Amino acid sequence: MSNPLAIETQDVRRIYKIRGPKTKGEPTTRVALDGVDLQVKRGELFGLLGPNGAGKTTLIKILATLLLPSSGTARVDGFDVVRDTEEVKRRISMVSGGETSGYGLLTVEESLWMFARFYGLENKVAKDRIAAMAQIMGLEERMRAKISDLSTGLRQKMNFIRGFVTDPNVVFLDEPTLGLDVQAARDVRGFVRQWMDDHPDRTLLLTTHYMAEADEMCDRLAIIDSGKLLVCDTPANLKRSLQTEAVFNLKVAPLGAKPKDGDLLEAVPGVSRVNVADVNGHTELALTLRAEDALPEVLAYLTRRGSSLIALEKREPTLEDVFIKVTGRRLDQAADAEKAAE
Amino acid sequence: MTLVQRLHNIPAVNQSPALRAFVTAAWLGWQIESNWARPFLFAVYVIARPISSVLILVIMYSVITNGATGEPIFAFIYFGNALYILVNSVVTGVSWAVIEDREHYRVAKQIYTAPMNTYAYLLGRGVARLIIGSVSVLITLTFGVLAFRIPLDINVLLFLAATIFGLASLSALGVILGAVTMQTARLQTDLGSLVSGGLYLFTGAIFPLDVLPSWLQPVGYLFPVTYWLEVTRRALLGAHAARFPTFAAFSDWGLIGVLALMTALLWLASGWVYSAALRRSKEEGLIDIETNF
Ligand SMILES: Nc1ncnc2c1ncn2[C@@H]1O[C@H](COP(=O)(O)OP(=O)(O)OP(=O)(O)O)[C@@H](O)[C@H]1O
Ligand SMILES: [Mg+2]
Repeated sequence: MSNPLAIETQDVRRIYKIRGPKTKGEPTTRVALDGVDLQVKRGELFGLLGPNGAGKTTLIKILATLLLPSSGTARVDGFDVVRDTEEVKRRISMVSGGETSGYGLLTVEESLWMFARFYGLENKVAKDRIAAMAQIMGLEERMRAKISDLSTGLRQKMNFIRGFVTDPNVVFLDEPTLGLDVQAARDVRGFVRQWMDDHPDRTLLLTTHYMAEADEMCDRLAIIDSGKLLVCDTPANLKRSLQTEAVFNLKVAPLGAKPKDGDLLEAVPGVSRVNVADVNGHTELALTLRAEDALPEVLAYLTRRGSSLIALEKREPTLEDVFIKVTGRRLDQAADAEKAAE
Repeated sequence: MTLVQRLHNIPAVNQSPALRAFVTAAWLGWQIESNWARPFLFAVYVIARPISSVLILVIMYSVITNGATGEPIFAFIYFGNALYILVNSVVTGVSWAVIEDREHYRVAKQIYTAPMNTYAYLLGRGVARLIIGSVSVLITLTFGVLAFRIPLDINVLLFLAATIFGLASLSALGVILGAVTMQTARLQTDLGSLVSGGLYLFTGAIFPLDVLPSWLQPVGYLFPVTYWLEVTRRALLGAHAARFPTFAAFSDWGLIGVLALMTALLWLASGWVYSAALRRSKEEGLIDIETNF
């Protein structure tokens, strides 16, 4: 308990071999983690925010002893994930979202009991904890139902109980709300926050590509992209780092193709960053200005390009803006780029 | 309280990570294997299927020999085939569990992050098929004895010893195949069936090893299954088996000795192969890989 760091990685790299038939010239390896240094303090709810393919799951798998790092070291609750696998496993649990996994033919009760036994929980302790958590999650009526008969939301709630019933020191949640409806996602987030409040010495590492989720839940977070951690701070600090600037959302008539002669929006004095997206027959601009008084110049520029303003909104910086600042892309564009690359 | 919960209250089971994993996995395997919506289908699976597969052989034999089912060779073939049902069910059991956990139930992450002895877990997952296979064997043997008047001459001690080592060696073989299965991302064939099918010809299940060309016979000598089949035949058929000798140089208990030694070696090997396979799976990122990845 003396070690204040619950998770600690040093220069962790992970390279996958790409399997299957290859055409000549295609790469045969993929760098999923490219030198990750991460420090998560005991008691923190820490978030890893990043687009598809950023390396979030890879990092979690390494920390959860499912995957060996290609190089570098990682410690969880003071134990090396490669050398002290058994010690690490005793102290962690892992819940992944977006997969409808489980022994469908067991009942909820049976399945939870079984996993509790895998962790060596006493029968009585297991039963009491399972009952208590089922109550909190609103699953108590369905304990005798077969898992195959549960909705996705209830199944994921059951998975959460499995993950927490063993009273782990460090919990890994990989996209825990993926595929859940709004209400189920809210329930699950509430459960996690409550658990952290009730157990202030436990640590939770959560991955997500939902900005709002990261913002709402995490004490601190890191933005990960292409296997690298780009920034790491509290959500408030990350957003504050942008506050000297002014952020606007503009909806304008379609801008059309980028001008070739260098007359770019970025070149307008006072503009520090622009992100352009064509949506449903108009163009959306996410605009960061060094100061608000640069706005008239921008509007004049739009008029020159023959576009007109449909809507204008000044807003507080969000994590999305932070993401754009550090990666140069929007989170959903990053995801599209990843898809296109595959 | 259910039977399995009672088992878990036994201190030895409760405190040993390996026993805990084994008992829980055996329970899980049983839930999966006996999960038949209609008991009728279950009966067909356990009783009718094995008997009919042996009957096909009986018919072929009868046609060729003009119905000489009283010959010792008939008892040899019938018992060899009936016992071989177990080879198939135990050897395929573990590798099937590996695939099932990973690709059907998709619980590989949950299983391999749990602080338990996963070797014992896999061994446990094979138990259900072992039990079901044993029942099939018993029924098939009983049927043969009654229908074809195969004369029994049972040596209980020898039979018990043969069964213990036989099942132990089959289980170890099952874990080895399971370990290999962990490495295969794209599974073209069910490895377990492949191996149990391959061994069929070399282990004296259907014809004595002496029939094989001498350079092929050592394949059979390498596998404990061969010795297990022969000792079990001797334990159940007594003098009748002796009229059709295999391994004639070995006494009954001499064969048990060989079987025990090979079983011990196979267990050591299975532990080693399993750890190596687990390590390699983590190196290559194969633990939760799916065939259609
Ligand atoms: N077993 C594997 N073999 C080869 N490449 C892999 C394997 N697993 C992941 N990758 C690749 O490694 C990179 C990182 O993947 P990872 O699953 O860690 O990303 P992620 O951030 O979890 O993304 P997602 O949001 O899609 O879950 C991706 O480019 C992915 O295609
Ligand atoms: Mg992922």
